[in-house]
Amino acid sequence: MSDKTLTHNEAAGLANPELAGFEVHGMTRSSFILRGALAAGAVYGTSAVTPFVAQALAATGSGDVEILNFALTLEYLEADFYTVKGKELSLSGQARAYATQFGQEESEHVTALTAAIKQLGGKPVKKPKFAFPANSEGSFLALASVLENTGVGAYNGAAPSIQSKQVLAAAGSIVQIEARHAAAIDLLIGKSPTPSEGFDIPLTKAQVLAKAGPLIKA
Amino acid sequence: MSSPPSEEVAPQPAGIVERLVRDDLDRKRFLKMVGTTGAASFGAFVLAACGSSSKTTSATAPAATATTASTEAGSGSGDLAILNYALTLEYLETAFYGKVVKAALFSGKVGALIKDFGRQEASHVAALKAAVEKLGGKPVAEPAAKFPITSATQVAELAYTVENLGASAYLGQAGNIQSAEVLASALAIHSVEARHAATLGTLVKKSLTPDGAFAKPSDMSTVLAAVKPFLA
Repeated sequence: MSDKTLTHNEAAGLANPELAGFEVHGMTRSSFILRGALAAGAVYGTSAVTPFVAQALAATGSGDVEILNFALTLEYLEADFYTVKGKELSLSGQARAYATQFGQEESEHVTALTAAIKQLGGKPVKKPKFAFPANSEGSFLALASVLENTGVGAYNGAAPSIQSKQVLAAAGSIVQIEARHAAAIDLLIGKSPTPSEGFDIPLTKAQVLAKAGPLIKA
Repeated sequence: MSSPPSEEVAPQPAGIVERLVRDDLDRKRFLKMVGTTGAASFGAFVLAACGSSSKTTSATAPAATATTASTEAGSGSGDLAILNYALTLEYLETAFYGKVVKAALFSGKVGALIKDFGRQEASHVAALKAAVEKLGGKPVAEPAAKFPITSATQVAELAYTVENLGASAYLGQAGNIQSAEVLASALAIHSVEARHAATLGTLVKKSLTPDGAFAKPSDMSTVLAAVKPFLA
């Protein structure tokens, strides 16, 4: 994804990640996976983690800047969600405490990712406009769970494509925070803090956009 | 049997970990050993180096086969070492939760979470063993573990510490992993350890994010020093 912002229609069009002919920058998904498998040095048989790996290797387009800008878009989204939407809804108790803390932390992610992109000589995406379909504390927390869990999947999906060790370290240090947020929110709403048990599933860009895309308005 | 050079396993009062921190060459040799059949028993290696009397059943390293010996110099050797290091930590976590469940200190929702986490750590053990074998390596033997278990609060706090350490350990290795597949596996586990840590944080009223907005990595020597008290 270049730094052009995603229109609502484009996001909606990517809602089905199972499209066999899904193209990633002109390459079909299968050749993307094969490239990843070859890069990994071997062709692996079945194992508990191989299905996840195929997903991860097919996750993103090329370039660390592109990956960071994708992450930045998500961090803008989360920061806005907690600080703006959270304030609008007059949250109370633990929900309010989490919104305050997590909003602060996501904002720090925005700052760090922006700096990292500039350091790489790239152009950080502008902050998009968002619309969050939440009108109560309950729906706010439900959406928070979706966003945080999607964030974990997004970072885990993109990470194996990252070329720079510094960028990988940053992504790893951020994904942990998303996972911590996700667990806390899920516990608060009575869900399991480990929705996919022992292994968090890496998401393809299409899968991430299916969740986040509809919230991006401009 | 391919036994390590005597200077690497001679009992040292200062412990192997301090030597590792001081001597990078030692660390490289250590990593090579962990990743090969020369030191299939990580626990025994650490025990011997730390000077404790080694009573573990897994104290003897098996003979190197031609196949496994050839992987020592191969490109997978770095990843093998990392996988075996992670496997050791997962063995310890699994053993910890096993003992906690046996002690029956928790019930209800919290008890269910503890059981879940133990099951998940066991699934990490299985996955890491499979990953090591796929690379043609030999998984380290399960180390004998000991954990203080006195009260529910003490256990939950210890679990919080251990999970944060585990998450930090994985983060510390991410940049060292060569294979994209191994990295994807490590990351899939890494974020789950973070979920565990945060969950336990809510139970013991400690921070969900003790490092703030950016989790901090820990290197191998730091983590090994931290888990040494739990090796029986």
